[in-house]
Amino acid sequence: MSATRVTRRWQKLPGKNTFCCDGRVMMARQKGVFYLTVALITGTCALFFGFECPYLAVRLSPAIPVFGVLLFLFVMAVLLRTSFSDPGVLPRALPDEATFIEMEIEAVNGNVPAGQRPPPRIRNVEINNQIVKLKYCYTCKIFRPPRASHCSICDNCVDRFDHHCPWVGNCVGRRNYRYFYLFTLSLSLLTIYIFTFDIVHVALRECPQSVTAGSPDTVSWGGQQNVLICFFTLWSVVGLTGFHTYLITLNQTTNEDIKGSWSGKNRVQNPYSHRNIIKNCCEVLCGPTYPSVLDRRGVILEAPPAVTVPTTKSSTPEPQTTKTTAPLIPNEHTPEDTKPSIDAASHKTSPVPEDKKPHPPLGPPLASPDSDTDAAPIQEISQ
Amino acid sequence: MATEFHNLQELRHSASLATKVFIQRDYTEGTVCKFQAKFPAELDSRIERSLFEDTVKTLNNYYAEAEKIGGQSYLEGCLACATAYMIFLCMETRYEKVLKKISKYIQEQNEKIYAPRGLLITDPIERGMRVIEISVFEDRGSSGSSSGSSSTSSSSGR
Repeated sequence: MSATRVTRRWQKLPGKNTFCCDGRVMMARQKGVFYLTVALITGTCALFFGFECPYLAVRLSPAIPVFGVLLFLFVMAVLLRTSFSDPGVLPRALPDEATFIEMEIEAVNGNVPAGQRPPPRIRNVEINNQIVKLKYCYTCKIFRPPRASHCSICDNCVDRFDHHCPWVGNCVGRRNYRYFYLFTLSLSLLTIYIFTFDIVHVALRECPQSVTAGSPDTVSWGGQQNVLICFFTLWSVVGLTGFHTYLITLNQTTNEDIKGSWSGKNRVQNPYSHRNIIKNCCEVLCGPTYPSVLDRRGVILEAPPAVTVPTTKSSTPEPQTTKTTAPLIPNEHTPEDTKPSIDAASHKTSPVPEDKKPHPPLGPPLASPDSDTDAAPIQEISQ
Repeated sequence: MATEFHNLQELRHSASLATKVFIQRDYTEGTVCKFQAKFPAELDSRIERSLFEDTVKTLNNYYAEAEKIGGQSYLEGCLACATAYMIFLCMETRYEKVLKKISKYIQEQNEKIYAPRGLLITDPIERGMRVIEISVFEDRGSSGSSSGSSSTSSSSGR
């Protein structure tokens, strides 16, 4: 029995994410602004708890720092959950699926004369009596589900893509939108809380009857810093919370809002909205917690080269028979070898009875006919 | 049926992959997870239409149950929010519980219905919940008259 290196699937995942803690944590590559966010929040709260809370706890109530600590912990918890979780990344199509989709597209488009641009790869679906166009992602080789979009920074298609937030160092998508919203909401509350008590603190110190705890100069310096930081943070964070509250009541994403997808032109309406504010809010905030479909922690066993590589999951003990890869057919055709047979089968069973030329080696097209503001830049390199 | 396999073990040892059929998502009701129950032509000679449709409908029902927005999901959401989502470190969500049920169901369907007919269903979660992948196998030595086999024998004749 030869020694096998344990490689986890996150090490082989395409896309520009960084992974930590052996695949448990998933973030974007640029994390600098995220560290700044953590530093700002921690620093402001440290100033508050260090310089002002001792005085306020004695003068007013000890509940003030206690509630402050709880709020701070909640903010950090939801921030870390937003930053570290999978936003709803859609895994790229495996070669078989990609080929199948290509064949379907060819069947729809028919023969394109040489020199002419092929028509854009779009699939129309009707959702709640509204025609929605599903675009084809040239990087991930899939037709994106409704509301999904490709993030060029992370180079992934993300389900219910909202936006890529550098402040949290991750995309905001279906799986972490509610954490992101709670982060902005709780951060607004924390900022307002600290700002209010800063003002109260300064006001109380102005009173000649107040009993000072600690030297006045350092205390007032700490308070002043806080007031400044909070003042500038307040407008942006509260504004952002307000904007996202508006989006939630309409069941829209930032991406759709920016693109004006449901702005009402040409009688286009949002097919995902329930036309009821409460229902929309409940769906976005209290809906089910979607699982990650990106298997990060599965183990890839690197076997000796004679046998094709089997892949197994370490987490679930399901038998390998549910997988369609090598364990079932150890010395059999690779996907590339089955291509001619798939072509032959499709020629026989294809519903469109036109005579097609043999399957041309469809290299990745150099330009995507439909431009998408979030589409990945042209980096079609075969993996 | 031109090819018959009696269990998954036999499928593993004597089968070769002929083709794969992908059942796409049905988005007519929005972004909820639902698969098209349309019977693909490639499976015409391999399995009865009603069995296939039953499988897909049951899977759709499971997913609908997982994604149902009602009392239980609100309770779970509020409880999780109150604990700053720390509760997910020790508790399994309802969706995950249903996914386990789905996994068991697919395994059972494979063993009882699909493997004896030389087919294999892959759990959609392994394909990003985008498709249900059905692998169509052919018996290695067979030169039967079903649609995929002649192509397999041509490609396996090396």
